[in-house]
Amino acid sequence: MDSAAATASALETDTRREAIRVEDLHKSFGNLEVLKGVDLTAQQGDVVAIIGGSGSGKSTMLRCINFLETPSSGKIVIGGEEVAMRGDGSPANQRQIERIRTKLAMVFQQFNLWTHRTLLENVIEVPVHVLKVPKAKAIARALELLNRVGLGGKEDTYPAYLSGGQQQRAAIARALAVDPSAMLFDEPTSALDPELVGEVLTVIRDLAAEGRTMLLVTHEMKFAREVANHVVYLYQGRIEEQGPPAEVFGNPQSERLKQFLSSVA
Amino acid sequence: MTGLFELLGLGASAELLSLSGWGGNLLRGLANSLQIAFGAFGLGLVIGLFGAYGKLYGGKVTRDLLAIYTTVIRAVPELVLILILYYVGSDIINKISEAMGGGRVEINGVAAGIWVLGVVQGAYATEVLRGAIQAVPVGQIEAAKSYGMPAFMIMRRVTIPAMMSFAVPGLANLWLIATKDTALLAVVGFNELTLETRQAASSTRAYFTFFLAAGFLYLMVTLCSGAVFARIEKWARRGQPSLKGGTS
Ligand SMILES: Nc1ncnc2c1ncn2[C@@H]1O[C@H](COP(=O)(O)OP(=O)(O)O)[C@@H](O)[C@H]1O
Ligand SMILES: [Mg+2]
Repeated sequence: MDSAAATASALETDTRREAIRVEDLHKSFGNLEVLKGVDLTAQQGDVVAIIGGSGSGKSTMLRCINFLETPSSGKIVIGGEEVAMRGDGSPANQRQIERIRTKLAMVFQQFNLWTHRTLLENVIEVPVHVLKVPKAKAIARALELLNRVGLGGKEDTYPAYLSGGQQQRAAIARALAVDPSAMLFDEPTSALDPELVGEVLTVIRDLAAEGRTMLLVTHEMKFAREVANHVVYLYQGRIEEQGPPAEVFGNPQSERLKQFLSSVA
Repeated sequence: MTGLFELLGLGASAELLSLSGWGGNLLRGLANSLQIAFGAFGLGLVIGLFGAYGKLYGGKVTRDLLAIYTTVIRAVPELVLILILYYVGSDIINKISEAMGGGRVEINGVAAGIWVLGVVQGAYATEVLRGAIQAVPVGQIEAAKSYGMPAFMIMRRVTIPAMMSFAVPGLANLWLIATKDTALLAVVGFNELTLETRQAASSTRAYFTFFLAAGFLYLMVTLCSGAVFARIEKWARRGQPSLKGGTS
């Protein structure tokens, strides 16, 4: 996507349906305030890259969106549906949060495949047991997805016998199997040996190209610039700067972002 | 050959141990022992699962009560516990029965044995399972949560299968302890293997024969259990490359 198209898509936000909206999100761990009021909107089809230094709150933000962390305050709206929260930020309706989670597929830094299940079992687990898809149908779809991420023939292998890159691609197949309305990637390539990064990025690039909505926390700046249509720079729990990748990377405004970009380049 | 046989008294032993003789009693005792061990182990597992979850996720009161339970049970000698639980248990049942206008109740030996040993086993199983649950990498459970699994499904589909490989060695120990603890039930007059053996031995004066036979039966139980648990452990460890490397 070139920068003109990126700008255009960022501007036409209102005409498309909104996928994820975060308003004034705060999160503290005890006395440590990690998120200090974050606002973020992703329309359907947006690829939002979230960058920032270690400890700036990127993972925490992503995890608050599907309530793996309980926000301290703020508002989270997924596909137009606001998540009901109690005063302390915990979900007021566990059923609602479980339903919403099935639409937000998360891909973890450490893959987190279920180690006692084969790749096929990993991929069909949620469709069959949570979404109640008939097993035969789930298996057919899972085999297709494994094939797609380049793991055809590995369906009966257990995760521990695969490389990190293969495990992460299987984790992406597991995410796709729930037919998510948005995908949340938390540094999907950070735990990988350098030579394995490319194969995972290729898969993610394809997903971006087919119009998947995703929030992508990453340290791969070149990749972020290439696939994202919106980039958010987080600094100490606040959004310091955001915009189309060409702007954020090509013409950073804040001193901190300039410094950050030169430090990771 | 026959001479040697006679000399060692094996002929006499074989006759004593034949099924129509005292051997049948020993086997019946063994069957009772196994029945109790099995029931107690199962009851212990159920108590242990609730206990482990209660200790990990329960409220303050639940955790305190469980701490008292596991501490007391593990501190007091099993023989004493058996006497306490057996007599207290039957006393309570009789009190209830009398209060409801019934007479004294005949306590079923097997049920009593299962209850007494099950309560003891439960305390140890609580700790074995708590440790195993804690050993499950948190990412396994987070992945399940993040895909919308409800809590009970996470326990059934992720936590329990993932903790099995950590729990099986401890549980195998508990099972063997259960089989041998049944011998302690002899003190409350229950016809398990040890009591049957003692009766057979003192009636026939063939102490050596009968206690050797009983020892052999206990050993057989242990060996068979070992084989079964080895298979269970292999199944529980599926997906984990073996430490030795190579095939398996
Ligand atoms: N569960 C937790 N308990 C306490 N502090 C936490 C926890 N998770 C994260 N933090 C702290 O919050 C800050 C932000 O963490 P994180 O969101 O993981 O940063 P990033 O992903 O940007 O590196 C860090 O200082 C981290 O130590
Ligand atoms: Mg992080």
